[in-house]
Amino acid sequence: MNTTIMLFLVQDGITNGAIYALLGLALVLVFAVTRVILIPQGEFVTYGALTYASLAAGQMPGTAKLALALGIGAFAFDLFVARKALHGRLILRSFLTNVVLPAIVLALTIYFAAQKPPVAICIALSLVIVAMIGLYLYRVAFQPLAHTSVLVLLIASVGVHLALQGLGLLFFGAEGQRGPAVLSGSFTAGALRFTGQSLTVYGITIAFIVGLWLFFGLTLYGKALRATAVNRLGARLAGIRTTLSGQIAFLLASVIGALSGIMIVPITTLYYDSGFLIGLKGFVAAIIGGLVSYPLTAIAALFVGIVEAFSSFYASNYKEVIVFMLLIPVLLLRSLAAPAVEEEKD
Amino acid sequence: MQSRLPILVFAALMAAIPFVPGMPPFWIVLLDNIGLTALVAMGLVLLTGVGGLTSFGQAAFVGFGAYTTAVLSTAYGLSPWLTLPLSLLVSGLLAVLLGLVTVRLSGHYLPLGTLAWGLGLFYLFSKLEFLGRNDGISAIPPLSIGSFKMLSPGSIYYAIWVAVIVSALLTVNLLDSRTGRAIRALRRGHVAAEAFGVHTPRAKMLVFIHAAVLAGLSGWLYAHLQRAVNPTPFGAQAGIEYLFIAVVGGAGYVWGGVLGAAIVVVLKEVLQSYLPLILPGSGQVETIVFGIMLVALLQLAPGGVWPWLMSFLPERTDGKKPDTSLKLEQRTRAPSQDSVLLHVEKARKQFGGVIAVNNVSFDVQAREIVALIGPNGAGKSTTFNLITGVLSATSGSISVLGKKVDNAPPQEIVKLGISRTFQHVKLVPDMTVLENVAIGAHLRGHSGPIASMLRLDRADEAKLLAEAARQIERVGLAEQMHQLAGSLSLGQQRIVEIARALCVDPMLLLLDEPAAGLRHMEKQRLAALLRELRDGGMSVLLVEHDMGFVMNLADRIVVLDFGTKIAEGTPATIKTNPEVIKAYLGVAA
Repeated sequence: MNTTIMLFLVQDGITNGAIYALLGLALVLVFAVTRVILIPQGEFVTYGALTYASLAAGQMPGTAKLALALGIGAFAFDLFVARKALHGRLILRSFLTNVVLPAIVLALTIYFAAQKPPVAICIALSLVIVAMIGLYLYRVAFQPLAHTSVLVLLIASVGVHLALQGLGLLFFGAEGQRGPAVLSGSFTAGALRFTGQSLTVYGITIAFIVGLWLFFGLTLYGKALRATAVNRLGARLAGIRTTLSGQIAFLLASVIGALSGIMIVPITTLYYDSGFLIGLKGFVAAIIGGLVSYPLTAIAALFVGIVEAFSSFYASNYKEVIVFMLLIPVLLLRSLAAPAVEEEKD
Repeated sequence: MQSRLPILVFAALMAAIPFVPGMPPFWIVLLDNIGLTALVAMGLVLLTGVGGLTSFGQAAFVGFGAYTTAVLSTAYGLSPWLTLPLSLLVSGLLAVLLGLVTVRLSGHYLPLGTLAWGLGLFYLFSKLEFLGRNDGISAIPPLSIGSFKMLSPGSIYYAIWVAVIVSALLTVNLLDSRTGRAIRALRRGHVAAEAFGVHTPRAKMLVFIHAAVLAGLSGWLYAHLQRAVNPTPFGAQAGIEYLFIAVVGGAGYVWGGVLGAAIVVVLKEVLQSYLPLILPGSGQVETIVFGIMLVALLQLAPGGVWPWLMSFLPERTDGKKPDTSLKLEQRTRAPSQDSVLLHVEKARKQFGGVIAVNNVSFDVQAREIVALIGPNGAGKSTTFNLITGVLSATSGSISVLGKKVDNAPPQEIVKLGISRTFQHVKLVPDMTVLENVAIGAHLRGHSGPIASMLRLDRADEAKLLAEAARQIERVGLAEQMHQLAGSLSLGQQRIVEIARALCVDPMLLLLDEPAAGLRHMEKQRLAALLRELRDGGMSVLLVEHDMGFVMNLADRIVVLDFGTKIAEGTPATIKTNPEVIKAYLGVAA
């Protein structure tokens, strides 16, 4: 092997790894706050990517309608839960955030989709649409189950994944799509060629990691989320609205997912069902990071990306086997290093 | 325990179905699929619902079973009946290997770990040359008896459902036994189970293998039903699907697995065949509806459908009282009164910079009640954990009857005749009082899992339950014997813990705040019981905050403060000891 190929593979691995890092961070975040293992994370990626690609191609993405439908569902859930103590302000607030907002976004999407909007507007719309889907999804599917076991939440998560993937096929068809580059242009340094797109990927990943770190370390909301993660009951007694924490977590996760999708869709063709596998590799990173540590997850994700790049070069048939089997020695080390932690409760 | 009648009726019903005139053959295919799925789901019920070990990887074990028979019966021409034990063996052995890696993982690592190897193995199935890569293996011979070949779905139907019903019976038998109680205790953490001699890693491994073998059996049947295998049905999606089948049915109930399989298989079929008629559209409308229905079902019945259905039946609390005339072997007691039963010598425990127990030494004689008192955080419970092997001492030594037992695991300590209760009650809430107490007698029974499945353990089991019932009567809870432990008041639960500890037939009983949550009369009864136990030859070491209770009961008192022993003596001398008064009241009185 020569150095050029090696450098090239490392570069490729780092680009993919950066995406896995973002997804891993989102998974850790959601799990820590809500105990949901977010299998639909992959769908956020494809929804973001394909919404962006459709808009850029001047097509109307079905996701905007889904956001409105879910929003109406969320509004109905709000009304049902508060049925014994309904008052005007509550109804109005819920109506504005759950129905009016997605309706406006839908109108904007219809308006812009007809006239091939510039990249910036495509990105903004895709992000907002997927963010709303994430937010309402939590309200409709997970908030009513918040008190149940991790296992039940996990199965609900599987149900949501199936439904979203089916909807993805309905919205975007079985054909793969590619989107325009977020940042075009490139330069070469030595043997390596850096595209604007890959630089965007690095930049946004780093920005997000720093941003999350600041958010959790310095802001009150960030601290509230951490408190919820440690002890739901305690957090509630201290006046933190745990449903709000869950909503913030899902909002962040969907934005991160959509952003990752928008960043990779100019590099690789994405299909309606590509998200699952991409999300799972984020998982691998998150597990290596122990589902708790953000920096460790990021490093592990880069490692996963590089291993994937090298194994697709040397043994492309066994690429997936190698990536997923990578976990076993890690888990083995973890279980040897930390003898089973005692007493988890249902 | 459970009546066999409903199962017989169910078996007869299933046997009669193919004879119903006009039964569409398609329904038989559906029933075949339900049976195959139910086998895997049943294993998951035991693994996940009962044992608390979530696995996404069961589809891979189905694959092992299917591929083993596929390869052996096509490439090597072995008879399918010969490959049955081999398929089960391969699934079981690989379960041992994968289990060694994953079973020890706690919490959420385990499900994710199983997901990882589930995915990895799926890709391996689809890449390996001798497994036919993505195309798989075809032309697998059918099952046959003599010249009768099970070629149609209707003929293999009986093979499948005999397998389902026999497996369900064996699994139910296993759960209702000494080993089963150990398995059922797993989900509630392992400290309590280990304190009574349960080897928790072994119990976890056991359920893991059991589930894998059931999955392998399903795979073997699948291969001979389809007469072809390819990797698709053994992927991660299938693994996830098996898990939600178990959860939908009711993850703690063996028959819930069968019900869940029926619900999901039928639902998918109905959606696939009728939905396109209502909602014409491209592709996967049924997946969407299926996903939504799954979430809705969980929101309506988070515990699963089986327990929800069962809640309509009248509750049964009239369990049969065990025959208490059956006796277990007793321990040989220490001969004389003044032999030292327990000797703690300069025991020390540090957690980082905190010294929880600082070179504490004391003895417990035979036939003696010793109380360990001190303000909160004095290190009393930590001392208990050192004695019972839950924690290992940083330095110092602990000996029982003159023999050093330093850092022995809890399972070894309990064998020496030291049993305990916990400050925070550790019972299995969804087991009856009788079953909980019988865990205490775990080491005094001998039947293994195989014997339990085949009901060869009944004599042994009857003796264990008799002992448990005797101890329950002794502590005065005979009325509550068949209630669920979780439904008792906290005070009563503490008494149940004492009964469980007594089932060990201990020489030394360690009680961690036994009187907390008891009413005055109950405390008096407890004190009387403890005196009676002492006079019967047992020693008691107790931690307690109720000074009136301690002063009237204890023969000797050891006082700890900030991890250090500050006084030791009879209740009368402790009451006037200035150090003790200072520790409790802050100033010398």
